Amino acid sequence: MLLRVYALILLYKLNTMSLISSTIGRKVAMALSGLFLVVFLTQHFTINFISVFSEDTFNEISHFMGNNPLVQFLLQPILIFGVIFHFLMGFILEMQNRKSRAVQYSMYKGGANAPWVSRNMIWSGAVVLSFLGLHFYDFWFPEMNYKYLEVLPLDPNRYYEEMTHKFHDHLRVILYIVSFGFLALHLYHGFASSFQSMGVNNKYSPSIKKFAISFSVVIPLGFIFIALFHHINSL
Amino acid sequence: MNLTLKVWRQANAEAKGKIETYPIADVSPDMSFLEMMDVLNEQLIGQGIDPIAFDHDCREGICGMCSMFINGEAHGPDRLVTTCQLHMRKFKDGDTITIEPFRAQAFPVIKDLTVDRSAFDRVQQAGGFVSVNTSGNTQDANSIPIDKHDADKAFDAAACIGCGACVATCKNASAMLFVSAKVSQYALLPQGKVEATDRVMNMVKQMDEEGFGNCTNTGACEVECPKGISLENIARMNREYLYASLKG
Amino acid sequence: MALESKIPKGPLSDKWTNHKSNINLVSPANKRAIDVIVVGSGLAGASASATLAELGYNVKTFCFQDSPRRAHSIAAQGGINAAKNYQGDGDSTYRLFYDTIKGGDYRSRESNVHRLAEVSTNIIDQCVAQGVPFARDYGGLLDNRSFGGVLVSRTFYAKGQTGQQLLLGAYSAMNRQIGRGKIKMYNRHEMMDLVVVDGKARGIITRNLVDGKIERHGAHAVVIASGGYGNVFFLSTNAMGSNVSAGWKIHKKGAHFANPCYTQIHPTCIPVSGEHQSKLTLMSESLRNDGRIWVPKNIEDVKAIREGKLKPTEIAEENRDYYLERRYPAFGNLVPRDVASRAAKERCDAGFGVNKTGEAVYLDFAAAIIRYGSEQAHVKGLDENDTALVKKLGQEVVRAKYGNLFQMYEKIVDQNPYETPMMIYPAVHYTMGGVWVDYNLMTSIPGCYAIGEANFSDHGANRLGASALMQGLADGYFVLPYTIGDYLADDIRTGKIDTNHPEFEKAEAAVKAKLDRFINTKGRNTVDYYHRKLGKIMWDKCGMSRNAEGLKEAISEIKALREDFYENVNVPGTTSEFNEQLAKAGRVADFLELGELFAKDALERSESCGGHFREESQTPEGEALRNDKDFTFVSAWEYKGEPSKAKLHKEELNYEEIEVKTRSYK
Repeated sequence: MLLRVYALILLYKLNTMSLISSTIGRKVAMALSGLFLVVFLTQHFTINFISVFSEDTFNEISHFMGNNPLVQFLLQPILIFGVIFHFLMGFILEMQNRKSRAVQYSMYKGGANAPWVSRNMIWSGAVVLSFLGLHFYDFWFPEMNYKYLEVLPLDPNRYYEEMTHKFHDHLRVILYIVSFGFLALHLYHGFASSFQSMGVNNKYSPSIKKFAISFSVVIPLGFIFIALFHHINSL
Repeated sequence: MNLTLKVWRQANAEAKGKIETYPIADVSPDMSFLEMMDVLNEQLIGQGIDPIAFDHDCREGICGMCSMFINGEAHGPDRLVTTCQLHMRKFKDGDTITIEPFRAQAFPVIKDLTVDRSAFDRVQQAGGFVSVNTSGNTQDANSIPIDKHDADKAFDAAACIGCGACVATCKNASAMLFVSAKVSQYALLPQGKVEATDRVMNMVKQMDEEGFGNCTNTGACEVECPKGISLENIARMNREYLYASLKG
Repeated sequence: MALESKIPKGPLSDKWTNHKSNINLVSPANKRAIDVIVVGSGLAGASASATLAELGYNVKTFCFQDSPRRAHSIAAQGGINAAKNYQGDGDSTYRLFYDTIKGGDYRSRESNVHRLAEVSTNIIDQCVAQGVPFARDYGGLLDNRSFGGVLVSRTFYAKGQTGQQLLLGAYSAMNRQIGRGKIKMYNRHEMMDLVVVDGKARGIITRNLVDGKIERHGAHAVVIASGGYGNVFFLSTNAMGSNVSAGWKIHKKGAHFANPCYTQIHPTCIPVSGEHQSKLTLMSESLRNDGRIWVPKNIEDVKAIREGKLKPTEIAEENRDYYLERRYPAFGNLVPRDVASRAAKERCDAGFGVNKTGEAVYLDFAAAIIRYGSEQAHVKGLDENDTALVKKLGQEVVRAKYGNLFQMYEKIVDQNPYETPMMIYPAVHYTMGGVWVDYNLMTSIPGCYAIGEANFSDHGANRLGASALMQGLADGYFVLPYTIGDYLADDIRTGKIDTNHPEFEKAEAAVKAKLDRFINTKGRNTVDYYHRKLGKIMWDKCGMSRNAEGLKEAISEIKALREDFYENVNVPGTTSEFNEQLAKAGRVADFLELGELFAKDALERSESCGGHFREESQTPEGEALRNDKDFTFVSAWEYKGEPSKAKLHKEELNYEEIEVKTRSYK
């Protein structure tokens, strides 16, 4: 919550000053939107993980999330804005970065001084974004259609069924697993590095980094586990 | 040892450049890389070929003038050295070595391996100083004690030689390490704190105007920096900048 | 023209104060209408530019490098002296003054040196205010160390990079003025000549090194801060681009050149490794605080070492000759630079050099490592008899003190100095001689000034450690900006300098003709070929030890080499492009003239003093023997068409305050 307030203040600031146009302003914006998405990811994971234990609880929470006006009309737009902002900003930064070296080296050993993940955030990010497209196609569009276009009657028990249904398909599960792999790569660099971007580099940084790296491995693995769990159950 | 050198040749800023290949024989492992280039140039002059232009001056790793991108890395494969202190014993007989200028939009090529790094000077002119007149009538040097740790950190940041390896190495051609070193040096000292807000805003503004890229925290600059300037300085600059922006 | 040093009257310690109060000033409104050119951006040039701009003058600063921050002051390692007496060990302005005069072997001007000692304290205050990160102790106050043959700790330092930090401080002061538009900076510009109009310096001709354009720049005064000329030896600790050209051009236009033969050969440099060598690297003098210098006693051991059959660590203690400790028991390894250098040469000439070229001696830290190690073991309550432990602890102490130097040595030589002794040999480091200046730092051309290493004024025949940085900043921050007003006060009605004046045209035409001549010679030898040859003559015959016969040979050899240079040099490319060879040709041409004057000056001064050792003038024990009766003067040479015709003017040195004594370090 605090982070969201921070983000709002920052967005306000962005409009009132040229912070957004400076290199540092932009990287802070990247870091903040990234961290916001990490928080969302944690929440999303928690709810999904519940589906492994209890169908009822999962349905209950899903119903709440899907029909609570605060979630639907405040948090959801912010989330969508966060995703779009993070993506657009990443794209703008990438364009700018390419422009700052118009003539390329004929020999460039990027691997000698920086890990692959840190140099290829745009690609891991692009994969995650495409996955998001698939994910929306699978869940969000049908959901929007159900609730707001066709305005079908409320059914608090439909969510679990709808979800497990999707994980029946081999191809989809494979796509999900690959995407989570890229999500892990993206998080591996992005999460820890967002602290550096916001100016945190002190004696706590090694611990923060360890935590961020564990997070980036555990959460995607968890998602993979959930996908596999429902896939195997549906066979 | 005998080597094959693939060197970027470009007659002037406007000309189109290309890589030329030159063999060189009897290179002593005790030579510095630039001494090897001297020998190559003597050889080229003898053959009636224009010698290769490259920047160099002190040849002891402190002036920051030498600037080659050797086999895909700024200042070559060794760590914590400038090109002038890179020795040929780091290479093997028969090696092919690719030598290119530092590349960045903000560092246009002047000729061959020589680039224009005056963008760095302009960033410094925007705020890399303490606004105190050189009258000599300042207060006594010992009137403000400074925490040794801060003084040492300020020194570590101030050790930057302004060679541009950070920019050359960074996949985004970002100058954050260079700029943050100066911002940090002054931010850590009481004498510099007074105008810290204006300094960081002005220096970052100038840095952006020069066309350097963004920082994506790959950490390559720190690895390739011949003076081992720490990424901690970039974090400090981000902090200073955020604080200065919010302070308004 | 008679030499007028313009030393103010009155007691020594009041001269500077009184002088400052009595010289003419220029009002702030008038300063805006006055232009000053500064050539060079090292400590002296950068600090002078910054201060002149602050005072209100319009400054144009020139440097041949790509940025003013590259100037070779940046390479100074050890530190900067100042009579702060923060350590309470009895230091004072007088003591700093005295040590500097004595260190200079009584061949410097008393009044200038006293002024230097007086302003030394302001430098430290100024630099700290500018954010120069000097070393501090745990109480947060400034730390000091002792340096080269003095009895107090008055050297301020920033690890082994003091020159860098001071230069960047001056560079930042300059940047502030560039940002304000008060300094116009010309990077990659080389001064090609001085323009003198009606007997006054009125501007310079420059070449833009990027596109080769010849430009004219007018000013009411010209300040030369272009450093020393050690590169006349080809191999030196100077930067590759360091040159004498600016100083030499003004010499040829009427400025006297003083004491060209006073050269400092620094004892602790990394030895030459082969023919390809392009420069020499200094290792800070502070290493001699802990390192012991030696060569083997037996010539058989030397042979075995050179053949690689014996390692230095295998030579027993009794078979080592710690020659400095043997010859100078009082100061031992800490004798001044000139003494240590000559002693190394003496041993190597006798055949005891320890590398394949026969020109290296050992600098050994083994004893220091054991000493520090035992101390640490004792402090930590560990076993003092455990040699491995003691060695490890000792190495840690040595690493903390000299780590960066040891690392540098290992990078260059590829040997681990913690395990095996370093090899060192003397190398040309600093030139005490330079353009003659009066008390106001003005040369014998009105309106033309010389500051820093480019002038001759403060170090006499030998410079003490940590004094060069002090002099550069003193001249630039605190002396020149005031004394220049005395001259410029008469120039407030002159108006802008017209660069279309025939003198500018003449100077520009001469510069172009000279450049064309280099390009059109199309000879068979590269510029470096001549530079190397010159360097060899200088090192062999005008180096650490000189005699009349050798100097005469040097004079004729340099002359012949110069003639050959103009006949047979090969400068590729054109004048209108980035052409390093062309720039180098101009510099080497000037070295080829200076070298001859150097030898002539060394021949004329048949005494030994400081860095100048004449074999004819030595004590029975082989120590330098000064001749105060006949040589207590500054040799100022006036240009008369070519170096051999230069006319000698003598500025007598009068010592009012101190008694002239024989230096003894026994």
